[in-house]
Amino acid sequence: MSVITKDVLEHLLWLSKLSVSEEEKERILTQLNSVLEYFSILDELEIEDVEPMYHVAGLVNVFREDEVEPSLSQEEVLKNAPKTENGFIKTPRMM
Amino acid sequence: MNENVKIGLEIHVQLNKLKSKMFCGCSTDYHDAPPNTHVCPVCLGLPGSLPTINKKAVEYALKVALALNCEVETRTHFYRKNYFYPDLPKNFQISQYDFPIGSNGYVEIEGDNGAKVVRIKRVHMEEDPGRLVHIGTIDRSRYTLVDYNRSGMALLEIVTEPDMGSPKEARSFLAKLRSILEYLDVFDGDKEGAMRIDANISIEGNERAEVKNISSHKGVEKALQYEIIRQRNILRRGGRIVRETRHFDEERNITISMRLKEEEEDYRYFPEPDLPPFSVVDWVPVIRETIPELPDEKRDRFISQYGISEALAKALTSDHKIADLFEDVASEFEPKLVAGWVADVLKGELNYRGLSLDVFPPSYMKEILKMLVSDEITDRGAVIVIRKVLDEGLTPQEVIEREGLRKAGESELETVVRDVLKNNTKAVEDYRAGKKEALNFLVGQVIRNTKGRADPKLARKMIEEMIENLA
Repeated sequence: MSVITKDVLEHLLWLSKLSVSEEEKERILTQLNSVLEYFSILDELEIEDVEPMYHVAGLVNVFREDEVEPSLSQEEVLKNAPKTENGFIKTPRMM
Repeated sequence: MNENVKIGLEIHVQLNKLKSKMFCGCSTDYHDAPPNTHVCPVCLGLPGSLPTINKKAVEYALKVALALNCEVETRTHFYRKNYFYPDLPKNFQISQYDFPIGSNGYVEIEGDNGAKVVRIKRVHMEEDPGRLVHIGTIDRSRYTLVDYNRSGMALLEIVTEPDMGSPKEARSFLAKLRSILEYLDVFDGDKEGAMRIDANISIEGNERAEVKNISSHKGVEKALQYEIIRQRNILRRGGRIVRETRHFDEERNITISMRLKEEEEDYRYFPEPDLPPFSVVDWVPVIRETIPELPDEKRDRFISQYGISEALAKALTSDHKIADLFEDVASEFEPKLVAGWVADVLKGELNYRGLSLDVFPPSYMKEILKMLVSDEITDRGAVIVIRKVLDEGLTPQEVIEREGLRKAGESELETVVRDVLKNNTKAVEDYRAGKKEALNFLVGQVIRNTKGRADPKLARKMIEEMIENLA
């Protein structure tokens, strides 16, 4: 039973802006489906009376005060950018 | 054609009165700074960095939700909204999804046919993305420049139901919202990019189009006017409206088709694992205490307390700074007089120049009114004082001295009247012959010869008397 069809995979690749070869697609398709199949065991559990859990740490209301801390220098910020111009990071045309 | 137009708005509001960003300590004071100087590992989304929620941002969000008459969620948390776009380098935006902090509220606005209620669907918190600068126009740029100074600013998304029936009503809603947010002291609408608006518009029975990222109230009105015409033309030709996202080109006043909208499931929302949930419903009574008198309540109080008209009260209370100045000055002068000068003259002159009230302290208004009440300057002189103060940054006294605006005294006026009568014998004769308009002409001459410093009433009286005596 395949949950992820070729169309769904293509769509996910488009959302992630990834391009992969046809052979890789076949391989990823098999892997994704076997992972999902493994997780389908969870569908068998009775969870109707269980509260959903959104967070694992059990913490609640962790805040910081509204105080300013130093930022990085522009030089440090731009260090990892492949292309820059006048202090901006330069990317391909976006719309 | 009179089909129903339905407009809903999605407004992004920066909580720019905060000192620091939503999830990190970077300063919010970046407007005049060079690009990429107000960023840190958290708002750049560098691996291993951890966000922490700004407590005051949550307080502000709660304050807004309550002021918009929303229900407050008892327990809420943040989500990751995943999308791949360089305005957020993490490839997701920390936002809310189900359980927004506020929902089911309403705002009363001035509609096309009297008061109208616009329902608020939800108010939620999220982080602002960075700013993209497209080199050339958006549909024709060669490359894009990114500045992350704005990235991580605390943002509220306020979503209305499609309750507005015209572009004018949409604008009226936005003005009211801005006014409320400024009263709450969580928002400064004068800062660039402080409020950005997406507008949904449909003609009843058809699909809707969404116009994204409009930066001014006037822009919203124009974009919507354009959309109504565009959609009507399609329908008239027997076409069908497609659901799509459009971009408003502020220079050309048109909307351009952008891209097919991503479906909600494409954002693959999941709970933000780096931020624990929070429950702030206990804060409600304390926060409610901090909500000041809002524009509508103030308007009603002004009408009953100062006996001014509804129109004047509305004009005075739409901006809390104007309202405060009015009350300060009205404590020393006749409120009706003050209301007229502040709402009709001062506010008009400020709007005309696109200035905020910060440049005009209450003491200036008091000085001007004092001289006006004691007959030292004329109405016209007072208007000139206000204009010159705004244009040249002078004090009222400086303007009065420099422009010679002090009212002409009786002896000076007498000389001027005598000259005018001597030089306009034709008009004097006309007046004697019963032509009343001739008197207006003579008064006009006196005002002209004193460069506006003559009191028209006094001048009129003097002219009448002098002609009488000459006879």
